[in-house]
Amino acid sequence: MDYDVAIVGAGITGAAIARELSRYELKVLLLEKEAEPAFGVSKSNSGIIHAGTQNPPGSLKGRLCVEGNRLMRSEIASDLGLNFVQCGQLVVIFDKADIPELEKIKKDGETLGVAGLELVDRAWLDRHEPNLGPEVKAALRVPSAGIISPYRFVYALVENAVKNGVQLKTSAPLTAVGKARFGFELTAGGASYSCRFLVNAAGLRADDISALAGAPSFKIIPRKGEEYLLDKRREHIANHIIFPLPSKTSKGILIIKTSDGNPMIGPTAHDIEDKDDLATTDEGLAEVLAGARRMMPSISKSDIIAYFAGLRPTAGKDFIIRHEDSVPGLVNAAGIQSPGLTSAPAIAVMVAGILRDHGLELKPKKDFHRLRPRPAHLFQVPLEETRRLIEKDPAYGDIVCRCELVSAQEVRDAVKRGARTLDGVKFRTRAQAGRCHGGFCTTRIMKIMHEELGLPVTGITKRGPGSELIKDERK
Amino acid sequence: MKDRQLVIVGGGPAGMAAALAARAAGVEDVLLLERDQHLGGILNQCIHPGFGLHHFKEELTGPEYADRFVRQVRSDAGIEVSLRSFAIKLTPDRHMSYLRPGAMEEVRAGAVVLATGCRERTREMIHIPGSRPSGVYPAGLAQKMVNIEGWIPGREAVIVGSGDIGLIMSRRMALEGVKVKAVIEIQKTSRGLVRNVVQCLEDFGIPLLFQHRISLIRGRDRVEAVDVVKVDDELKDIPGSGFSLPCDTVLVSVGLIPENELLEMAGAEIDPKSNTPVAKDINLTSVPGIFACGNACQVYDLADSVTRDSELAGSLAAAYLGGAGK
Ligand SMILES: Cc1cc2nc3c(=O)[nH]c(=O)nc-3n(C[C@H](O)[C@H](O)[C@H](O)COP(=O)(O)OP(=O)(O)OC[C@H]3O[C@@H](n4cnc5c(N)ncnc54)[C@H](O)[C@@H]3O)c2cc1C
Ligand SMILES: Cc1cc2nc3c(=O)[nH]c(=O)nc-3n(C[C@H](O)[C@H](O)[C@H](O)COP(=O)(O)OP(=O)(O)OC[C@H]3O[C@@H](n4cnc5c(N)ncnc54)[C@H](O)[C@@H]3O)c2cc1C
Repeated sequence: MDYDVAIVGAGITGAAIARELSRYELKVLLLEKEAEPAFGVSKSNSGIIHAGTQNPPGSLKGRLCVEGNRLMRSEIASDLGLNFVQCGQLVVIFDKADIPELEKIKKDGETLGVAGLELVDRAWLDRHEPNLGPEVKAALRVPSAGIISPYRFVYALVENAVKNGVQLKTSAPLTAVGKARFGFELTAGGASYSCRFLVNAAGLRADDISALAGAPSFKIIPRKGEEYLLDKRREHIANHIIFPLPSKTSKGILIIKTSDGNPMIGPTAHDIEDKDDLATTDEGLAEVLAGARRMMPSISKSDIIAYFAGLRPTAGKDFIIRHEDSVPGLVNAAGIQSPGLTSAPAIAVMVAGILRDHGLELKPKKDFHRLRPRPAHLFQVPLEETRRLIEKDPAYGDIVCRCELVSAQEVRDAVKRGARTLDGVKFRTRAQAGRCHGGFCTTRIMKIMHEELGLPVTGITKRGPGSELIKDERK
Repeated sequence: MKDRQLVIVGGGPAGMAAALAARAAGVEDVLLLERDQHLGGILNQCIHPGFGLHHFKEELTGPEYADRFVRQVRSDAGIEVSLRSFAIKLTPDRHMSYLRPGAMEEVRAGAVVLATGCRERTREMIHIPGSRPSGVYPAGLAQKMVNIEGWIPGREAVIVGSGDIGLIMSRRMALEGVKVKAVIEIQKTSRGLVRNVVQCLEDFGIPLLFQHRISLIRGRDRVEAVDVVKVDDELKDIPGSGFSLPCDTVLVSVGLIPENELLEMAGAEIDPKSNTPVAKDINLTSVPGIFACGNACQVYDLADSVTRDSELAGSLAAAYLGGAGK
């Protein structure tokens, strides 16, 4: 048997499970079909570490969200060097008649164990959120909510898992699952592996993977969310993440602080059929603008500098996290819709427990490396720190991306830490993520990747094979 | 922290003209900061002719035009050129910080001229919906790929915007063997020079579609097609007029925006629409002792006009230093 556990999918769910299992004396394989981790749903979301409110009290996602939030605040952010900002959240109402709704959210939240909830009036809001529009009447304040960079969260988990012995295979789509005497035979990316347990964390494809393994027990429906990023100039437009009262299918259009500065508005929530449809639409833009402007009328269309869409992998109302008794050894972590980013660390602990209950021995490693050093980013440090970095390493003074202040050293470091594509560099460093969208820095980054990876420039891609940047090189 | 008389940020035609004019007006100490490895700014990638007709009374390419100034700047001992030097901070009392490989420098400037040029408006700024595949580039980035790096971005292109840069890049792509399917322009006329419409499109048989817009970009990994729709005089889509153009590349050429983040940091008033300094007269800003010129001050069509006006910025800075010294 090559591996004790094989995990399919290196999004936040698979990454958190891999890191959790790397605490133990186990051989763990992490398979990802894309060129890099975090290229699925986990890259296109709101980046909110939810408090856990707005989930039904008895639900799995409510419990795991509250626990995930607690783990983030108490250990994960500091252990993994993550830039988690606990800015708090407000749920606002436009009609005083909705105060009972806020009180219900408060009560449900308290039942789930969310602390510090309080109703605040317009006078409080005027002091703390001066840009709210006149329609807003009152709000529920949720202090434990916060924000994070979702892809850097995934990269940190994967890097730490790999440091602790997990084998990561990218560009390795799982295409066949055979049953072995005590487990599974896997075919992925042209290679074969055997494993005792198979953990399915394949996001939008989790239904296909479960079926491939012999348990066609659920179906994933993608629910599209469009998000629109605003210029950094609008960074201080809000001090909290701002929600309206939730509807049946979504938490509504939000004003979202992001950990890198640019505020964001969105997301929409519409069920669709095509799991590859990541297009933004004129209608989505109109819906998002209208929703955000109702809460903050000063937000305008010309503030928008970027946009994207993500697909929530839904399978009914709740997460599906279980051992499939019809296929012994198969554990599904599926239907991980929102708040999946928040819940991932708690999902990971739960999955480890399920594996143990089905016979996997969890023996703690003596030399588990709990800490991951925080990579240096000029945009996150004060000037004096910048000076020290440059004096230590001259290439920190060689600026590649002028909108977001990213140096050649950071780009090289990103490649050393695993970036293989331009998007991978962007997600790790922010180079190309600013106002000019790579107008100035794209060619320079391509040249650095060419030097570091020995790839021909015609082989450099935006996000993997098929997305090459250029067609020919003139000789 | 070192004291410097005049610090100029940006080594394009604007910064170079300001430096030379300031020297001619008696400024003894000029520090010229340029982020790139060469002087010349955007001109280095404009290898087409059309420069210098006014200033030199002859037709030059962009690099030739730049080179005339580079030589003068380089042979002037009073101008210190610092390349790969990126200005990151400017205060109202003209303390400037800049980064270069190996050091973070801080200077106190008697006067500052900002000649930082423009960035391009992007697909995102005009909100073209659709997927986000590779193959969608600002036209200036494509120009840099082709002219500086020798990289051909695609095989079949659609150009958005019929300003001069869009027109020139249409021809450039055609000359490299790329099939340019169409230039899409939402307005009724082109902002570009008539000679460019003729020489860059008509001579190459490239269709120019006025009153059209791209309503969707298709393709997961790489652009596969764009949907195009005709618009009426109010820019509203005309129902039933839509069609699809298969292509692997979309070049977006929808205008330039002055780069004035340093000026903003120094507390100067900026017009939020045009991103240009708000001031009584050209080359001035609302902060005394800080000047702006070239594309950072207003978007120019002709490099010759940049040179002319930026010389004035150099003399204004010299006059300020003279007055401040007395
Ligand atoms: C618009 C939007 C906003 C959201 N906002 C928030 C938020 O603010 N807070 C929050 O907590 N949650 C949020 N979510 C939810 C959150 O993003 C998801 O719950 C989470 O990212 C799911 O992670 P995952 O790892 O399960 O899926 P994914 O990230 O999609 O990972 C699955 C991985 O499996 C890989 N894979 C698929 N098939 C195969 C195969 N055959 N072989 C190998 N690999 C395979 C995929 O390539 C992918 O990388 C939001 C979601 C959306 C869409
Ligand atoms: C694609 C294109 C085609 C053109 N074609 C023609 C033509 O055919 N004929 C014609 O007459 N004109 C043409 N022009 C116009 C002309 O080239 C420009 O108006 C002129 O180059 C502007 O000069 P500038 O010095 O203001 O800006 P730029 O040439 O852009 O120079 C600005 C410089 O500042 C540097 N810089 C910016 N920020 C910093 C910082 N923080 N620290 C240090 N350095 C910094 C940049 O690296 C750059 O080198 C064209 C322009 C473009 C963009």
